[in-house]
Amino acid sequence: MKPAQPLLRVTALSKHFPIHSRGFFSRQVGTVRAVDDVSFDVAPGETLGLVGESGCGKTTAARTILRALRPTSGRVEFALADRCVDLAALPERALKALRPRMQMIFQDPFSSLNPRMTVGAIVGEPLVIHRMARGRELEDRVVDVLRRVGLKGEHRSRYPHAFSGGQRQRIGIARALIMNPALVVCDEAVSALDVSVQAQVINLLEDLQDELKLTYIFVAHDLGVVRHISRRVAVMYAGRIVELAPTEAVFKGALHPYTRALVSAVPYPDPDVRMNFRLAGEVADPAHLPQGCAFHPRCPDRHAPCDKVRPDLRPLADGRRVACHLHHKP
Amino acid sequence: MADNGDILLEVRGLRTSFFLDEGEVRAVDGATFSIRRGRILAIVGESGCGKSVTAYSVLRLIQPPGRIVGGRIVLYPRGRPPIDITALGEKSETLYDVRGGRISMIFQEPMTSLSPVHSVGNQICEAVLLHQPVARREAEARAVAMLGRVGIPGPEERLRQYPHELSGGMRQRVVIAMALACNPELLIADEPTTALDMTIQAQVLALIRTLQSDLGTSVLLITHDLGVVAQTAADVAVMYLGRIVEEAPVRALLKDPRHPYAMGLLQSLPSLSQGRARLPSIPGSVPALTEIPPGCPFHPRCPYMQAGRCDTGGPPDLREVAPDRLAACLRAEEIHT
Ligand SMILES: Nc1ncnc2c1ncn2[C@@H]1O[C@H](COP(=O)(O)OP(=O)(O)OP(=O)(O)O)[C@@H](O)[C@H]1O
Ligand code: SF4
Ligand SMILES: [Mg+2]
Repeated sequence: MKPAQPLLRVTALSKHFPIHSRGFFSRQVGTVRAVDDVSFDVAPGETLGLVGESGCGKTTAARTILRALRPTSGRVEFALADRCVDLAALPERALKALRPRMQMIFQDPFSSLNPRMTVGAIVGEPLVIHRMARGRELEDRVVDVLRRVGLKGEHRSRYPHAFSGGQRQRIGIARALIMNPALVVCDEAVSALDVSVQAQVINLLEDLQDELKLTYIFVAHDLGVVRHISRRVAVMYAGRIVELAPTEAVFKGALHPYTRALVSAVPYPDPDVRMNFRLAGEVADPAHLPQGCAFHPRCPDRHAPCDKVRPDLRPLADGRRVACHLHHKP
Repeated sequence: MADNGDILLEVRGLRTSFFLDEGEVRAVDGATFSIRRGRILAIVGESGCGKSVTAYSVLRLIQPPGRIVGGRIVLYPRGRPPIDITALGEKSETLYDVRGGRISMIFQEPMTSLSPVHSVGNQICEAVLLHQPVARREAEARAVAMLGRVGIPGPEERLRQYPHELSGGMRQRVVIAMALACNPELLIADEPTTALDMTIQAQVLALIRTLQSDLGTSVLLITHDLGVVAQTAADVAVMYLGRIVEEAPVRALLKDPRHPYAMGLLQSLPSLSQGRARLPSIPGSVPALTEIPPGCPFHPRCPYMQAGRCDTGGPPDLREVAPDRLAACLRAEEIHT
């Protein structure tokens, strides 16, 4: 079977931020490699999980892909009906026309909605900004999308404060979906929700994906949620992807020592499945990365080349990708 | 549940309300639970169910417009007469001795407990000097020992550092060191790892477990995460709308919940259902605390609700439904299969 043409192909994407010295005559004294040489594909209709700890670059990667940030280097090829464009190289104007195709859903259902706008205005705003609908048609589309996310048409005249956390997250989802996007990046989209509500919103995201043929990049730190929702997972550490593999392979037999540690830190709600986390130390600081593999100072499997040669993310025979000298001879 | 010599803290029918313009917010509305000596009890529940207000009530830290309006909180120190915390005067010596001495507390945000302008060492020493009859030198030695104990490398040098020089995980370790430096009988930890990364959370939970079993301190662990409960606690109390709806040893409750709300919470966890099956979810959402439903407060969302029975009268009592198991559901025995 020929693999489907990817909807998104990210190649060697990097986003570096300069660090400036303090004071009036500030000069650049270093670089934070927030995202460094990141590559992956996402197939149409797929959900790719992007996991890692805070500061590992997940959100920066997502924002750089959507061109909310300008990439330092790399390519972001996005498939349209008739052609493929490189989002990383596109001028602002051309980008604006494509914006509706890619949307983002944010973590915080409390601060991401303007408290002074009605729900109808919030949800319809993207259509107004892009001049895609007005008047009667605008109203109809707002009502339609509110129903799709499990809210009611009448809700459009209310203000966000009158809604619970789960309902506000539905409003955020409605706002993203009204543009008929192909790609939706969910950045910790269910992290702030309580479990009972979280389950409702996860179900909703999955239903909408089936109905509307959506492609998701699901950025999250909660591995339980990611395991449930995504078919493949990319694990980031210090700005780089260290492992990219089918979800169950990651949970049942991770290859990278960091992934293994991360999986062992998941507190399962079962007292007979003991958390068995043994790693000392804390995540690497992307402003002061060590030489070689960024994980080597903490790695239980560290060996000769690890503190000198940086391992690249490369495929193994079974297609799983891993950036570790244990699995590739340098 | 246990015979009385076993119990360190007993909370019976605790009610704490906030009197606001829009009415009385019954944040804790008849909570009953007990903490056994030398064990970790987790209180688990969703946002706003009253977990933190319960913890603050135990330390008598509720400020106006809030007030404890009913119930009793009794501490049973070893070899001493019981202390009725609810009856203590605001300025009594005993309350002072309880707060930070017999019971200490750590919070979700480590900076809640730390002062940004004092060195870590000073803060731990102050905490010790405040509650223990020791000299400065002795307090300092204890601070160093405690920092070492919570896994902070190079404790002597760390004493001179300020909180902003430490990572979030290190700060939470310092807070734990500070809380344990006075040998409290009870440690209350309110979401101590919620603000931390997964791997740092794993380290801190392991630390709390080890210290608890080494020192024999009882712990009241407040969390919204059933995973944290399973990995850390011995007993668990599930809270909904200001009441404990089920209390049992951890394994019993997680493997075989008896209250429909506890069942619903467990089923809706994504990590237990692998692959893309639909998650069973609890319908509806938590009602406002100013509009607590009559009868069983969970009845509008409960799949086992029986009209005429569950939706009238007062809330069901937390009662023994099986040996060592308490649940506040009228139908607990009928629906358990
Ligand atoms: N100072 C206050 N004034 C008014 N209402 C309050 C105050 N403190 C708490 N409440 C209310 O009491 C209820 C219980 O709050 P509490 O902080 O105990 O919840 P919680 O279970 O700890 O939730 P979370 O998981 O979000 O921390 C909430 O509805 C809250 O809004
Ligand atoms: S008392 Fe009735 S409504 Fe309440 S939990 Fe039990 S069955 Fe459900
Ligand atoms: Mg709280």
